[in-house]
Amino acid sequence: MTFSTFSQFLAMGGFAFYVWSAYGFAALVVLINVVQPIIHNRKVWRTLRRDLDRAEEDE
Amino acid sequence: MGEFGGFAGVSRLIKFIHKYGAPKRFYRLAGRLVPWFAGVTALLFVVGLYLGLYWAPPDYQQGDAYRIMFVHVPNAWMSMMAYVIMASFAATGYIWNVRLADIMAKATAPLGASFTLTALVTGSLWGKPMWGTWWVWDARLTSELILFFLYVGYMALQASIDDPRRAAHASAILAIVGVVNIPIIHYSVYWWHTLHQPASLTLTSQPKIYITMLIPLIIMSLAFMFFYFTMLLVRVRSEILVREQRTDWVRKLVRSKR
Repeated sequence: MTFSTFSQFLAMGGFAFYVWSAYGFAALVVLINVVQPIIHNRKVWRTLRRDLDRAEEDE
Repeated sequence: MGEFGGFAGVSRLIKFIHKYGAPKRFYRLAGRLVPWFAGVTALLFVVGLYLGLYWAPPDYQQGDAYRIMFVHVPNAWMSMMAYVIMASFAATGYIWNVRLADIMAKATAPLGASFTLTALVTGSLWGKPMWGTWWVWDARLTSELILFFLYVGYMALQASIDDPRRAAHASAILAIVGVVNIPIIHYSVYWWHTLHQPASLTLTSQPKIYITMLIPLIIMSLAFMFFYFTMLLVRVRSEILVREQRTDWVRKLVRSKR
């Protein structure tokens, strides 16, 4: 196997900072791209419901 | 030629686009597809990360630092692919007035910008231990940075115009003109022999990396590609609701989900 212990895996052959920063940054960008559209979608639905309520009050 | 040739073929194609490009129809289709795409994306990420970070052997020259490749290269590929997709949708929307194409182009921009930023940052984190520098004004790095600015410019232009039709038209021109940057990025490593290495993987020749490194690279690339498709569908659904809010079908939908 490539790494015999877990601490060896974390150490990444001495490149821990660079490897984990790169994967960490990529993960952060992925996470933001998941959360932001979901929050936006909720906001859209809130606005649509409110507008519909107002339109029905006027009728 | 046959029935799909010539002018009749073009008009059939346009009819096809108008039928399946109807936002209402696409909203439902995308809603059904999202869970499946999200599931495939998650699975690909789990397998790809395991293979890339653990299963693949270290590189004989770069040690474990080369593992950055498994996030760097997929993001760099997707940054270019997303741009071509964005420009194609923008052109389709511009030429044939397909509203859905405008929406697809707009929804692609933030995802493309994210891939570009990730490619730049992970590249920098790879460059420091291997080249001894975070950044050089190498042709590949510079043209990729220009790609990031093209995405940002496109989004800024979209945001600055309230009317969606006019916003789509103006930004489509920017997107289409910016396509010239894509072959420049691709060929930069051959035209200018500076710091960035040429491609290890091309469609026309034998891969220059081991199969044990190739497999994780392909799986991680598919993971980011499916991630793009998933989030594109999610974003497009929101945008359709906003643009179609005055239509009967959206009103009915909102009424049914109160």
